[in-house]
Amino acid sequence: MTISSDLAVRASGIGKVFPSAGGEVTALTGVELEVAAGEFVSLIGPSGCGKSTLLRLIADLDSATSGDLTLYGKTARRARLDQDYGIAFQQAALLPWLTVAANIALPLDLHRWPKARRDARGAELAELVGLTDFTGRYPDQLSGGMQQRVAIARSLAAQPKLLLMDEPFGALDEMTRERLQSELARIAAETGAAVVFVTHSIPEAVFLSDRVVVMSPRPGRITDVIDTRPGRPRDEALRESPEFFARVTAVREALHGAPVLRANER
Amino acid sequence: MTDQVVAPGTAAVVSEERVARGIRSSRGTVLAVRVAWGLAGVAAVIAVWELYKFFGPADGVTVGGDGSAGSGVILLPRTHDRAMPHVWEMIARMFAPTSGGDTPPLVVSVAAAAGTTLGLAALGWLIGVVVGSLLGVAMQRWRLVEAGLLPWIVVSQIVPLIAFAPVVNAIGTQVDRSGFPWPPWLSVALIASYLAFFPVAIGMLRGLSAPDALHLDLMRATSAGWWQTLVRLRLPAAVPHLLPALRLAAASAVVGAVVAEVSIGLRGGIGRMLIQLAGQASSDPAAPWAPTFGTVVMGLVAAGGVALIGVALHRFRRGEDTA
Amino acid sequence: MNATSLPGWARIAAPVAVGVAGLLAWYAFVASGSAPRMLPDPFAVATELVERFPLVWEAAGITGANALVGLLAGTVIAVLLAALAATWRPVDGMTAPLVAALAVVPIVALTPILNTMFGASSQFGRQAVAGIAAFVPVFVNTLRGLRQTRPVQRDLFRATAATGGQTFLRLTLPTALPYLLSGVRVAASLAVISALVAEYFGGPADGIGTAIATYAKSGRAALAWAFVGGGIAIGLLFFLLTALLERIVARRLGALRP
Repeated sequence: MTISSDLAVRASGIGKVFPSAGGEVTALTGVELEVAAGEFVSLIGPSGCGKSTLLRLIADLDSATSGDLTLYGKTARRARLDQDYGIAFQQAALLPWLTVAANIALPLDLHRWPKARRDARGAELAELVGLTDFTGRYPDQLSGGMQQRVAIARSLAAQPKLLLMDEPFGALDEMTRERLQSELARIAAETGAAVVFVTHSIPEAVFLSDRVVVMSPRPGRITDVIDTRPGRPRDEALRESPEFFARVTAVREALHGAPVLRANER
Repeated sequence: MTDQVVAPGTAAVVSEERVARGIRSSRGTVLAVRVAWGLAGVAAVIAVWELYKFFGPADGVTVGGDGSAGSGVILLPRTHDRAMPHVWEMIARMFAPTSGGDTPPLVVSVAAAAGTTLGLAALGWLIGVVVGSLLGVAMQRWRLVEAGLLPWIVVSQIVPLIAFAPVVNAIGTQVDRSGFPWPPWLSVALIASYLAFFPVAIGMLRGLSAPDALHLDLMRATSAGWWQTLVRLRLPAAVPHLLPALRLAAASAVVGAVVAEVSIGLRGGIGRMLIQLAGQASSDPAAPWAPTFGTVVMGLVAAGGVALIGVALHRFRRGEDTA
Repeated sequence: MNATSLPGWARIAAPVAVGVAGLLAWYAFVASGSAPRMLPDPFAVATELVERFPLVWEAAGITGANALVGLLAGTVIAVLLAALAATWRPVDGMTAPLVAALAVVPIVALTPILNTMFGASSQFGRQAVAGIAAFVPVFVNTLRGLRQTRPVQRDLFRATAATGGQTFLRLTLPTALPYLLSGVRVAASLAVISALVAEYFGGPADGIGTAIATYAKSGRAALAWAFVGGGIAIGLLFFLLTALLERIVARRLGALRP
């Protein structure tokens, strides 16, 4: 049996209810989820299924109305204060008046790391995401994809064991998206961090994750968990393999709630 | 000039909770709450006034003087009743006769004077709005006109144009003496109008240029001409930009009218009353407060008038960013 | 029509041409003899300005100093009050209607009262009026600037376990600064205008406004206009300095341009 301190995330009976004009909105109910250390888990589902809400609960940006949530055995709040996780949002949210290097090192600056250590770590991270030549630039001089890479580098600044990502590639075009997916897969493997990744895109979820958690709205809940461990390196060839398509179909069917008839079976 | 010179940042992602809160409060409660807070603010100001009178040093607070009159920098005023009358004394004085005997109460005289001045300001505002609008339309129509005139208009908003008021008045007097009738009130209205027309010209230009490129393409695709595009698209789209400009113009017209009256000494105007009563302040300290409150009310009425126009035009303001 | 943009040179030449044409029309009108005496020709004004420069300079110094004092005091109080209003709802609730009212009432009408309170030989009445006029745009713009941080940025700081003070210094303040400076730019012109106009309402017999009124009344047209020119010069100076400050800081802070 895994002790909760070994689990990156342990959610048990999690529920979240929002008050609203017409009564209450149940954003999440009865969520049971375990993410092991080093595991890559995606949350996927239509709008209103609660995937972003769940991520925000894990990040302690909101609190659950019921249930129990621990990150490596600690409360979400403790984990946040100890900076045990890094987070990236759909908008890069870079501060416009800071250079790329300063943006990457922002969490370290806020936690008063000495300058030398900060600069060294910043350079390391810039190299990790391939932006070494751009460290002196400002965000308005970067493309969307580059800004998102800075945001990812920033999320890794304090060497967290857990990465939380809320549709970080959602605002990018498909080509850039695929490129960044490959980079993220590489970075996750290199750092050994666990990842909880929210997305709308089925191929993205299947490509990146060890497990895909399928969610449904009204009320927000987990309806299915699909194993997508690739059994081979996550490279471009994976995207064209039959196993990949089979898993994408499995996730799609889980999302639609029923097997999807293939054209030659009608 | 509080029309937002600063464009707000990009729209934020609204969390469910914020939307819910917004839906819950109805418009009526919002207005009542705001009025209540406003009254609380006024009460706070009155409280500060009276508390200072009670606790403050009798001779005020002066920095760096040697005790003789007019030396040093006065930071806080003297507290005795001649310099700072009590709030209730100000109110009582308003209901006492204007100049003793059976002259009507001061508040009535103030109302009459304020009405006169407000009327002149309104006339000036109207002239300014008409001229400013025409200029705005011309600037939108012809790039050359915009290039030639807009810089001058922008500069005129920066410099104290109102410095011209005594000069305009002097010109008016001379013209009048030379036979062409130019009553003093005309000077007042003219000064008010040229303060009002600049913000309207800029607001109209900005508003007429506001429609989406998409909407302009639509008009072009349905082969609508310049005039039709103006009336059916540009003017309606301009309303949210015009209303702050009209409000600024109204406030400017009021200031212009009051200042012009003071320069001219126009009888029956509130500016002259203000100066007169202030001159008698040593014997009648609470009196000058009445026309002062009168000018405040004038400003509020002018803004209220523009707000009414805004209500009448509410159909064209749907989807407007709250200013 | 105006579908195509004007060439760059036209954008400069057009207003210059308008200015020159205006000057020529002015001169022609006066030279034709049909202008009232209070409208002197441009050269007479320029001559008076040069001959009486020390007088104009001294008067401009007084009005300018009043405007500056008002601008500084108004800005400081406005920033402090805006910070309070952004933090506590009650303060915001009370100040919002009062500031909205202040924005539409003729502030210079307070001058006679202020002169009574502070003594007619003090410049304080004019400085106070300039200060109140400056206060309004700085307050409104600073308050708006303090509210411009986006939720995703606030989430980022919370997720990085930043303290409230760190969030204020590193996020809220840099976001608000360009808005603050925009407000100061608007306030600068208002302060000059108010300081000048306040002189029409009493107080010591100095400053540009008093000079204009005096010389206009006594019929010395060109001199009155020369002082008007001085007033315009102060207005332009204040604007240029504050606009420059705003531009420098906005560039330093990156893409955040109001």
